[in-house]
Amino acid sequence: MNDMTQPELMHGHHGPARGITRWIYTTNHKDIGTLYLWFSFAMFLIGGCMALVIRSELFQPGLQLVQPEFFNQMTTMHGLIMVFGAVMPAFVGLANWMIPLMVGAPDMALPRMNNLSFWILPFAFAMLLSTLLMEGGGPNFGWTFYAPLSTTYAPPSVTFFIFSVHMMGISSIMGAINVIATILNMRAPGMTMMKMPLFVWTWLITAFLLIAVMPVLAGVITMMLMDIHFGTSFFDAGGGGDPVLFQHLFWFFGHPEVYIMILPAFGIISHIVPTFSRKRLFGYASMVYATASIALLSFVVWAHHMFTVGLPLAGELFFMYSTMLIAVPTGVKVFNWISTMFRGAISFETPMLFAIGFIVLFTIGGFSGLMLAISPADFQYHDTYFVVAHFHYVLVPGAVFSIIAGAYYWLPKWTGHMYDERLGQWHFWLSMVGVNLTFFPMHFIGLAGMPRRIPDYALQFADFNMIASIGGFLFGFSQLLFLYIVIKCVKGGQKAEDKPWEGAEGLEWQVASPAPYHTFAQPPRID
Amino acid sequence: MDKLRDSGSGPRAQGLILTTLFASSALVASTAKADWELNMPVGVTEISQSVYSLHMIIFWICVVIAVIVFGVMFWSIFHHRKSKGVKPASFHESTTVEIIWTVIPLLILVGMAVPATATLRQMYDTSDAEVDIQITGYQWKWRYQYLNEEIDFFSNLTTPKEQIENQAEKTDTYLLEVDNPLVLPVGKKVRFLLTSNDVIHSWWIPDFAVKKDAIPGFINEAWTKIDKPGTYRGQCAELCGKDHGFMPIVVVAMNDDDYAAWVAQQQTAKQAKAASAEKEWTLAELMTKGEQVYNTACAACHQANGMGIPGAFPALKGSPMATQDKAGHINIVLNGKAGTAMAAYGSQFDAVDLAAVITYERNAWGNDTGEIVTPQDIKQIQGQ
Repeated sequence: MNDMTQPELMHGHHGPARGITRWIYTTNHKDIGTLYLWFSFAMFLIGGCMALVIRSELFQPGLQLVQPEFFNQMTTMHGLIMVFGAVMPAFVGLANWMIPLMVGAPDMALPRMNNLSFWILPFAFAMLLSTLLMEGGGPNFGWTFYAPLSTTYAPPSVTFFIFSVHMMGISSIMGAINVIATILNMRAPGMTMMKMPLFVWTWLITAFLLIAVMPVLAGVITMMLMDIHFGTSFFDAGGGGDPVLFQHLFWFFGHPEVYIMILPAFGIISHIVPTFSRKRLFGYASMVYATASIALLSFVVWAHHMFTVGLPLAGELFFMYSTMLIAVPTGVKVFNWISTMFRGAISFETPMLFAIGFIVLFTIGGFSGLMLAISPADFQYHDTYFVVAHFHYVLVPGAVFSIIAGAYYWLPKWTGHMYDERLGQWHFWLSMVGVNLTFFPMHFIGLAGMPRRIPDYALQFADFNMIASIGGFLFGFSQLLFLYIVIKCVKGGQKAEDKPWEGAEGLEWQVASPAPYHTFAQPPRID
Repeated sequence: MDKLRDSGSGPRAQGLILTTLFASSALVASTAKADWELNMPVGVTEISQSVYSLHMIIFWICVVIAVIVFGVMFWSIFHHRKSKGVKPASFHESTTVEIIWTVIPLLILVGMAVPATATLRQMYDTSDAEVDIQITGYQWKWRYQYLNEEIDFFSNLTTPKEQIENQAEKTDTYLLEVDNPLVLPVGKKVRFLLTSNDVIHSWWIPDFAVKKDAIPGFINEAWTKIDKPGTYRGQCAELCGKDHGFMPIVVVAMNDDDYAAWVAQQQTAKQAKAASAEKEWTLAELMTKGEQVYNTACAACHQANGMGIPGAFPALKGSPMATQDKAGHINIVLNGKAGTAMAAYGSQFDAVDLAAVITYERNAWGNDTGEIVTPQDIKQIQGQ
């Protein structure tokens, strides 16, 4: 391995520009990564506030705080903002920061496009949020925006919604192209595909998923636009169209989208678990194959979101079987993580705690996913709080926990300081209790028959709803602690070593902490 | 939930086991049982019972896998921790183990797919039905048409606004009560033909394990055969706009004799209603009748005070349509307005109801036009 100290890069004119223009004009992958991460955290708080409006209204039966029309806008915007504004940009931020460091590249392959793909997002989300102030209100048809509720019966602001989703899609596609170009072209000499770190592998596969399905989303919202403004009838039976066509197209995007939000999480966990178990990842090759299998299967399972729309029996059976199959590669991943921990020498710093929380709670979300795959049983689960519980288990203690774990894991590298370990542990335990208190009772009220997306409910659901609301507030406010810990770590703290974690492996730990503004101007040599 | 279901008290034992398993929720186990329902209802049909057992099988499979996987994990957490001074092992792959833990889950899944396929085939067999009912979803109510008996009515939420707005005590059937429940015979195969008048709705009764989307322009099929008389309650399960949470479904299942008596009574009532269209109606009569119709069909959007919701639903109070343009007013109520939530009510109500509601709108909230629209007027326009 080469010596990483490269004094020729330390001259002042290679450092960042000063002031606001540094962030607006930057083409530096670390700056852009930082922008993405702060942006996604801001969106996480905004989407979280909407979740708290929802949980406040559902604290007791009856309408207390908001009217049904505003409640529907809250559920819709909460979903859109969390999916497109919080989780996806957070993963792109982590990719920007870590992929060049992990593959020994000086930057992303397409730095100017990188700048553009970030700076589209604040405008897209400003437009989306502004719809809440428009006459008739913002989008109120659920984040899945089923036609004709989102076309003929939509508020006028739907056009702005369509435009902002188009912008998000463009941003995602450019980000994905950049990731693929970087990984395929800019790996250090000697780093063969099967030597790539797993975060790089999972992101490579995720980027292909993005490129494959984002255009489908763009297509389906364009068809909506045509139906609304240009007199077409793609989704209107009155003109020869079909509302169910919308759902097929949406979920052909939507199901791979679900894996876009979880595959990079698998990558992060596959770094953290070996580090703190002080033992190599078990089954590296099978992890890669399992990720690829999940990605391929994700294209042939979409209609399991549509078991009650009246699919023919053969379709129902096909999508039930293909969905059940996903449990196999997902199971392989969980087994591999646990085998990595088995007979290791485990320590429990905050990143590891969140990783263990991820494995346990994501697996619970996987179990409820398997139950939902059983089509006859899904007739009872579909569109109830059982589904809400399921996808929040895979997205909150799944995707979000992995992002938080990754942030704690790489904060020393980003800032040059260690975060406050004692507060980190508090953050974990508060989040862990909060998340389970919020989402576990939702399994029960769902099975007992409470539909999702209702602002008011029958009395027998009251008690569990109250518990979920209390948990929601606990989880939400715990994230302010995370904000405090991160700011504290950026401002100062114990000096971090280049490799702050005893068991860590990879090129990112061979550069200084904090990582210099430019790294790997000379590619390292991998043997 | 049991007090809302007249029958079906099965899953108590499993419910208790579930509680103890899920430690995070164990703290809440023992209070008023109706409020702490944990599991899916077993239901009152053969299908709902099969679905329930599929649900429990897959649940227990998951529990067993969880015990093994989390068992190994927590064993490692307790015994292979650095603070105990252990040295990490160096193994990092084993093709044999990996093949084993790929094949075993695959076999479990095949084992699970077999009974699931059988149940699904049964659910899809809508042949040989004895009663056919067309169910149409509307924003935000259900319409039931008995295709062979020529019975046709709407089913609206009856929970008073005062209860929803917390000004009155909520009753046990809060949000799960309707004016006209769907009445079905026990022990006969009933086929449902589902469609919608506007957006997608979904008709769901948990105790029958029937949930099917009602899609505008298409007809879906489902069926049920109820084992026990009783009252069964469900809700719309697909987001359908503002009052999605306020369009419940109530089914009353009756023995054959009771059902036959109910059908006869409905047909008598229908004849009486047809006769009433011929009589002379006074303004006061029309206003009383019109207010009832308005509150069930119009108030959800235009509001009980006629003020509408700005930006979403127009006000009727003082509007040119409701105070001047009488022909336009009748036209929009009968034929709806394309591209908006205003539905065509001409096919939903009879001439008496239509005349009454239009008269009401033209005279309520200070719209005092003094004009009467009679059932004969409506019939004449519809006849053209």
